Amino acid sequence: MESIIRLYARWIREGKLPVNSDWNKELGVTFTVQDPCQLVRKSLGDPVAEDLRFVVRSVVGDENFIEMWPNKSNNYCCGGGGGFLQSGYSEERREYGRIKLNQILQTKADYCIAPCHNCHSQIHDLSEHSGAGFPVVHLWTLICLSLGMLGENEREYLGDDLKNVGL
Amino acid sequence: MGESAVLLVEPKQSALVQKVKELLPGDGNLSMCLTCGACSAGCPATGLEGMDPRKFLRLALLGQEDVIRSTPWVWLCTMCRRCVHACPMEVDIPQLVYHCRQSWPREDRPKGIVGSCEQALNTPGNSAMGASSDDFKFVVEDVVEEVREMQPGQENLKAPVDKQGAYYFLNQNSREPVTEPDEMVPLWKILDMVGADWTYSTKGWAAENYCMFLADDEAWETVVRNKAKAVEDLGCKVWLNTE
Repeated sequence: MESIIRLYARWIREGKLPVNSDWNKELGVTFTVQDPCQLVRKSLGDPVAEDLRFVVRSVVGDENFIEMWPNKSNNYCCGGGGGFLQSGYSEERREYGRIKLNQILQTKADYCIAPCHNCHSQIHDLSEHSGAGFPVVHLWTLICLSLGMLGENEREYLGDDLKNVGL
Repeated sequence: MGESAVLLVEPKQSALVQKVKELLPGDGNLSMCLTCGACSAGCPATGLEGMDPRKFLRLALLGQEDVIRSTPWVWLCTMCRRCVHACPMEVDIPQLVYHCRQSWPREDRPKGIVGSCEQALNTPGNSAMGASSDDFKFVVEDVVEEVREMQPGQENLKAPVDKQGAYYFLNQNSREPVTEPDEMVPLWKILDMVGADWTYSTKGWAAENYCMFLADDEAWETVVRNKAKAVEDLGCKVWLNTE
């Protein structure tokens, strides 16, 4: 069993995935990253949270990454897991997610990276529903963007500021 | 002089709590609670339904089984385990929540979760969105062909399905093939660039497992065994979890 996050980190270190953050040098778009509970606290722990940050920093640039607080194994659940998204308790789910939303807003980051499907759905919903409107992206989108190989139809979750980068 | 607080519950023994203690190693430390509140202080579900982890556990330890078995709070806790992480005694409150979920008659559990589990059981891919394996394979092949034709540099992009002996068995969340298939492509490109030997499978391909959220142990086991067998049948070495 393996997590794609660990492989991203390994491949970048091995030079197989030659990502770099030049695409963001002028733009200076800032990013924060969600620590999925299942990936970090409940299985691989802080080491995978470190791998995750290594990947993010490599792709967006050290100076463009902002931590939310608390983070890694101490981070708060966003409310996407446990079946919440299918439970029908939408009001409670969004109330639950207020802590996560505030964490993200406090970073003042332009984007939130959510390397987990449940987190991505929930945080995207929190962003839309509250009107905060920050984009929520998977890592694969940014990795491909930085490698200049992100297709036109693969930009669903990019904001207007990045929609045309590399096209 | 203030009035003294009145204990409004009659302490009892709960068979459910006893059962959970027996199931968990070291009783799940359920009786070790100091009432310190570190759990509740760091729980996003604190306050929902007038409940929080400490209150939930105290009610359980005071044998108030009807309360803990009927509160919808067990569906609002995501079992994220931050409470256990913060707890000085490592009290396993989420396991108690799980067993309370399980104590709900199936027909009373949230319909969306029941439906997702049922759909997963009824598809060979275990797709909680009910995506058939034929559709999954078709969508993957259709999308990769379009990328090969339309995107310069991607003429040799592959997205193998059922490739015998591939090293990585990549799972796929149902969301993309059903609602946004182009979102699968970036990961394919990454795997291609690093020369990874990977495959999807028509059996047990879905990444999600809603039967676990439903607290249906038997269904959960069925799904996991199906996925494990799919990995073995293809002779893959690693089950690779997507983002």
